[in-house]
Amino acid sequence: MPAKIFRNFFSRILSNIFRNKKEVKLGFYGPPNVGKTSLANRICKDFTGEEIGSVSKIPHETRNVQFKEKVEIEYKGKKMTFKLVDTPGIATKIDYEDFLKYKMKKGDAKSRAKEATQGIIESIKWLDDMDMVVVVLDATENPYNQVNITIIGNLVARKIPVLIIANKIDLKKADMKKIEAAFPEYEVIGISARYGENLEEFYESLFKLSKKV
Amino acid sequence: MKMNNSKRGKSGLKLKGFSIQFLPYSEIRNLDGEKRIRKILGIIRSNNILIMQGRLRPEEETKLITDAMSLISGSLKDFRGVELAVVSGSEERTFFSKLKQRMANALSGGDLGTITIVGPATIVKEIKKNPKKIELLLNK
Repeated sequence: MPAKIFRNFFSRILSNIFRNKKEVKLGFYGPPNVGKTSLANRICKDFTGEEIGSVSKIPHETRNVQFKEKVEIEYKGKKMTFKLVDTPGIATKIDYEDFLKYKMKKGDAKSRAKEATQGIIESIKWLDDMDMVVVVLDATENPYNQVNITIIGNLVARKIPVLIIANKIDLKKADMKKIEAAFPEYEVIGISARYGENLEEFYESLFKLSKKV
Repeated sequence: MKMNNSKRGKSGLKLKGFSIQFLPYSEIRNLDGEKRIRKILGIIRSNNILIMQGRLRPEEETKLITDAMSLISGSLKDFRGVELAVVSGSEERTFFSKLKQRMANALSGGDLGTITIVGPATIVKEIKKNPKKIELLLNK
C-alpha cells in the first residue's frame, strides 16, 4: 500500500513537469521562394541534425505543411522546445506555365500547380493553430507585396506574435532599409539562411518573442 | 458603377478584352464575408479589374486567396488566380491620427480612405506597389 502511494505521488510530479514543458508551435510563413524551408532546415540541422524538407530554385517546392516535433533550441543557456511548422508559400495566383520555364514537362507543371494551390489553402488553414510565426521575406524583393501584408494582418487579428525575417541578405540586391521602412511597427531581422548569417540575432528575438506566447 | 467603354462618357475606359469596374463601399457594406468574396470573384471572373472603395478584413483577404486557389485547382478553365493590392490614403502613424481614423472607420463601417485593386492574373501581370505609388502591369 505505501509503495502504491509513493508510485502515484511520483507519477503525478512527473506528469506535471512534462505538462509545464510546453511545445511552442512555430510557423514559417511567407510568399514562395523566400527561404522558409532553408531557415527551418538550418534550425533543425543545428539542433536535431536532420532537415525538415527539400529546397529548390523552382517556386512552390514545399506543397504540403511539414513538421519537426520536439526541436529543443538552446541559446545562451536558455532552452525552449518547439514544433516547427514549415508551410507552403502563399500566393494569390498560380500559373502552370511559369513552371515550364524551368524545363518541366507540361503534365508535371500542371500537377505541381494543382498541388501548390492545395498547399496554399492548407497553409492558411494552419494559421489558427500557431503559437507564434516567423514571417520570412526575401530581402531582395519589394516588401509591399500584398501577400506579406495579408499574412501579417491575419496574425495580428488572431493575436499571434510575429517575427519578421528578411532572408538572403548575402545577395547584393538585398535592401534591409526598404524592408524596415515597410514594417515600422516590427523588429526586422536580416539573415542569410543559406550561409547561417546573423542567426544569433534571430534566436535572441525568437526567445524574446516567445515570452508573449 | 461600371465603366467599360467610351460610349459611357469621357471617364469610361476600355482596353482589349477587359474592363475596369468601380465598386463603392456602400455596395458591400451590408454583405457578410462570404458574399463579399463571391461578389468580388464574380466581377474578376468576368475579366474585370476591380477598384473597390475600402478594404477587406484580414480574414476576408485570406478567404479571397483560398477561394481563388479552389477555382484554379477546380475545373475553371483559364483562371490563374488574382492580383491584389491595397492602397491606403493616409500613412500617418501618430496616436491621435490613428484614433481619429478608427473613429471615422467605425462611423462609416469601413476604411473609406483606402482602395483595393483586384484583377484576374490572366490580365494583370503584376501590381507594383510602393508606399505612395501603384503601377498595374498588364499581360500582353
